[in-house]
Amino acid sequence: MHPLLTDQPGEKLLLLGNEAIARGAIEAGVGLAAAYPGTPSSEIANTLFQISRETDLCFEFSVNEKVAMEVAAAGAAAGVRTLTCMKHVGLNVAADALMTLAYIGIKAGMVIVTADDPSMHSSQNEQDNRFYARLSGLPMLEPANPQEAKEMTVFAFELSERLELPVILRTTTRTSHVRAPVTLGPLPETTRTKGHFEKEPGRFVPVPAVARARHQVLLQRGKEAQVMADGSRFNQRIGQGSLGIITSGVAVNYVLDALEALEIQDRVEVLKLGFTHPWPVGLLSEFLKSVETVLVVEELEPYLEEAARVVAQERGIKVDILGKASGHLPRLYEFNPAQIREVIAEVAGIEHHPPQRPDLSWLPELPPRPPSLCPGCPHRETYLIIKDVLKDLGEEAIYPTDIGCYTLGLLPPIQMADYLICMGSSVGSACGFSATTDQRIISFIGDSTLFHAGLSPLVNAVYNRHRFTLVVLDNETTAMTGHQPTPSQEIMPPGYEHPRVSIEEICRAAGVKKVVTINPYQKKEAREKVKKALEGRDLSVIVSRAPCILYARKFGISKAKS
Amino acid sequence: MKKIKILFVGVGGQGILLATRVLAEAALKDGVPVVASEVHGMAQRGGVVEANVLLGGYRSPLIAEGEADILVSFEPVEALRALNRCHEKSIIITSTSPLEPFTVKSGLASYPEIEPALSRIRDSFAKLVAYDAAALAREAGTAKAVNIALLGTLMATDMVPVSSQTVRETLARLVKAKFREANLKAFELGWQQWVAQR
Ligand code: SF4
Repeated sequence: MHPLLTDQPGEKLLLLGNEAIARGAIEAGVGLAAAYPGTPSSEIANTLFQISRETDLCFEFSVNEKVAMEVAAAGAAAGVRTLTCMKHVGLNVAADALMTLAYIGIKAGMVIVTADDPSMHSSQNEQDNRFYARLSGLPMLEPANPQEAKEMTVFAFELSERLELPVILRTTTRTSHVRAPVTLGPLPETTRTKGHFEKEPGRFVPVPAVARARHQVLLQRGKEAQVMADGSRFNQRIGQGSLGIITSGVAVNYVLDALEALEIQDRVEVLKLGFTHPWPVGLLSEFLKSVETVLVVEELEPYLEEAARVVAQERGIKVDILGKASGHLPRLYEFNPAQIREVIAEVAGIEHHPPQRPDLSWLPELPPRPPSLCPGCPHRETYLIIKDVLKDLGEEAIYPTDIGCYTLGLLPPIQMADYLICMGSSVGSACGFSATTDQRIISFIGDSTLFHAGLSPLVNAVYNRHRFTLVVLDNETTAMTGHQPTPSQEIMPPGYEHPRVSIEEICRAAGVKKVVTINPYQKKEAREKVKKALEGRDLSVIVSRAPCILYARKFGISKAKS
Repeated sequence: MKKIKILFVGVGGQGILLATRVLAEAALKDGVPVVASEVHGMAQRGGVVEANVLLGGYRSPLIAEGEADILVSFEPVEALRALNRCHEKSIIITSTSPLEPFTVKSGLASYPEIEPALSRIRDSFAKLVAYDAAALAREAGTAKAVNIALLGTLMATDMVPVSSQTVRETLARLVKAKFREANLKAFELGWQQWVAQR
C-alpha cells in the first residue's frame, strides 16, 4: 500500500510539502487529477499517479498545463472534486483557461496548485504567481510548511465548493521540497469519482451576455471570500508589541525563528497570513492600527506590502511600512534565515552577534560543477552527430532550443543552444529566425515538449513556409522532471499503459515533407540520414530516438538494444 | 533539547537525499522536531546537491552562511565550497575521494590540491574528520554506501539529538534487504573513523 494511503488519523509521517498536498487532496476526496510535470511541483503529480494505481482516483498526465486545467475544470463541473498542479510558468500556459474558468466556476471543489521557484533553482524566471490570484479574482492560500500544505489543501476544496470557484494553492520551492512531520487526518469513507453534468448554458457557455453576468458573480464571490479571509484560521496574529511584522509562506518560519533567536517575541506582533487573496482587508487594517511600524517579509514581489499600503491609505492609518520599497528587503531571489534575522534586528534596533566565521581567504579557486548531460545520454550523441555533419558541410547554424535535459547542450563542449524562451519556443522562434535571416536554423525539442507546445508552431511553420530543421530529441520520457510518461513512448511505466501517438506520423500529417528517424548510437547511419535531411533548406524534421539511459535502466533495457 | 543545523553537501547521485531521509525519519521516531530542505531537479545531473537538516525545534528549513553546526560533505571540493556556511565552532566531516566535475575533465578548470586545504580547515574550525569514504564503502561491501559511512561518522559525534540506535533501525528499514548488511557495516566503519580521528 502506498504510505500516503495510511488510514491512521493522528499518525505523523515525514512528508515533503508536495506529498503533503497530495495527502490533503486524498483526505478531501479528490476524484480526478491532471497535471503536466514541472519542478518544483512534480512530486504532487507523481504521488497522485502512484496512488491512482491503488484506488479509484482518476489521474492523467496531460500534454500541457492548459489541457490539464481544462480536464480538471470539466470534472469539477460534473461534480467531482479535482486538482491540477503545475510549476509557476505552467500557469502562464493555463492562464487562458484560468481567466474564464473564474467566470463560469465549478460545482465540486477544484484546487489549482502553482509552485513558484524563488532563486530559480530549476526555472527560467522567478515570477510571483500570487498576481494570478489578483488577475483572475480567485481565492488563494499560501502554506508555510508541509503540515499547513496538507491542511490548506483540505480547506481549499471546501472553500472552492462553498464559493463555486477554483482555489489557487500557491507554494514556493521551500514549501514544496521541505520535509517535515505531518499529522494525518481521516481518509474519506467514499470518494466521488463519477458525477453528472447539469447543463446550464447561462453559466457554462460564456458568450458575451453570459460572461457579463458571470463577471458580476465573480466580484460578488470575491466579496464573500474577503470576509472569509478576514476570519480565516490561516490568518493569525501572534504576540504583542509596537513593531509589527506581516509575513506569508516560507518567510513565516524565518521571522518566527528570528524573533526567538533575538529574544524579542514580547516586543513584536506578527501577522501571519495564509489566506492571502482576497486581501484580508479588515484584519490588515486592525493590525496596522495597533502597531507603530510594520515590516513586511515576503518572498519575491511586494504583494502584501502593497496591500498594507493600500489599506493604510484607504483607512487613513498612520504607520511606517517597511519592506521592499524601503530597501530593507530585496525583490530578487529567495530569503534566508540569517538575512531576515539581521533585517529584524536592525528594524527593532537590537545589537546581535552572529557566530564568528573564520577567515577563508586561503581557499583555492574551486572548479564549478554545473549540472550536465549524464554520461552516455542519447542527446549528447545527437548533438555530436549534427555538429559533425555541419562541420563536413562547412556550415554554421543558429540553434534555438527548448525546455528539458537537452537545454544543458548549452554548456561546453557542446554549446548548441542559442535561444530559448519557454516550452515550445524552439519551433516558434525558428519561424521568426527563418523569416528574418538567411542563416541555417536547427532547432531542438524533446518529445514531451513537442506535444506540450511544439505542434502548433510546427503547423505554423508548414503553413507559412518557414525553413528550418527541427530535431526531436525523443528519449521516450519526460526526463528532466523525473521520468513521467509521454504520448509517443514505447516503454511505458507500469500502470500507465496508453496508445502510442507517432511523432513521425503527426509531422507528416501536418505537411512536413522530409521526416527522418535516426538512432543516435548508430553513428554512421545517423550521419548519412542527417546529411540528407540537411540538403537544401526546406523544413525538415529529424526524430532522434533512443531512451534516456536512466529511464531505460529503470526498466532493465540497455541502449544497445534500442 | 539540543538544537542543531546539519548541512549535507555532495554531487548528484551520491545518495544525499537518502542519508537525509534516514536521519529525519529517525528524528521523527524519537520525537525530535525536524525540518529538512532538499534540492531537486536540475542539480541531479551531476551538479551540486545539498540538504539542510535542522533538528530540535527550528522552523526555518534553510541554513544560511555561517550557520551550519556540522557540515557533512560527500566530496572534498564540495566541502571547501560549503565552508562559508560554517562558523568557528563547526565540525567538518568530509570524504576525501574526489569526483571531478566535467569542467575539470574537459580542461576548463582545475581541481585544487586537497591536502593543504584540509590542514587549513583543521586549524580554522573546531574539528575535521576526513577519510576516503568511497574506499570505506567498498570495504563494507557496497560502493554506494558513501552516504551511510558519513552518516555513521555524523552520529558518532554525539552532537545529534537522535539516538544512533534509531538511526540504525531506520536505515535497516529504508534500504533494500540485499544491501542492508553492507550499509550497516558502512555505518559502523564511518563511526569508527570519528573515534580514530577524535
Ligand atoms: S536524465 Fe536521461 S535524458 Fe536527461 S541527461 Fe540523463 S540520460 Fe540524458
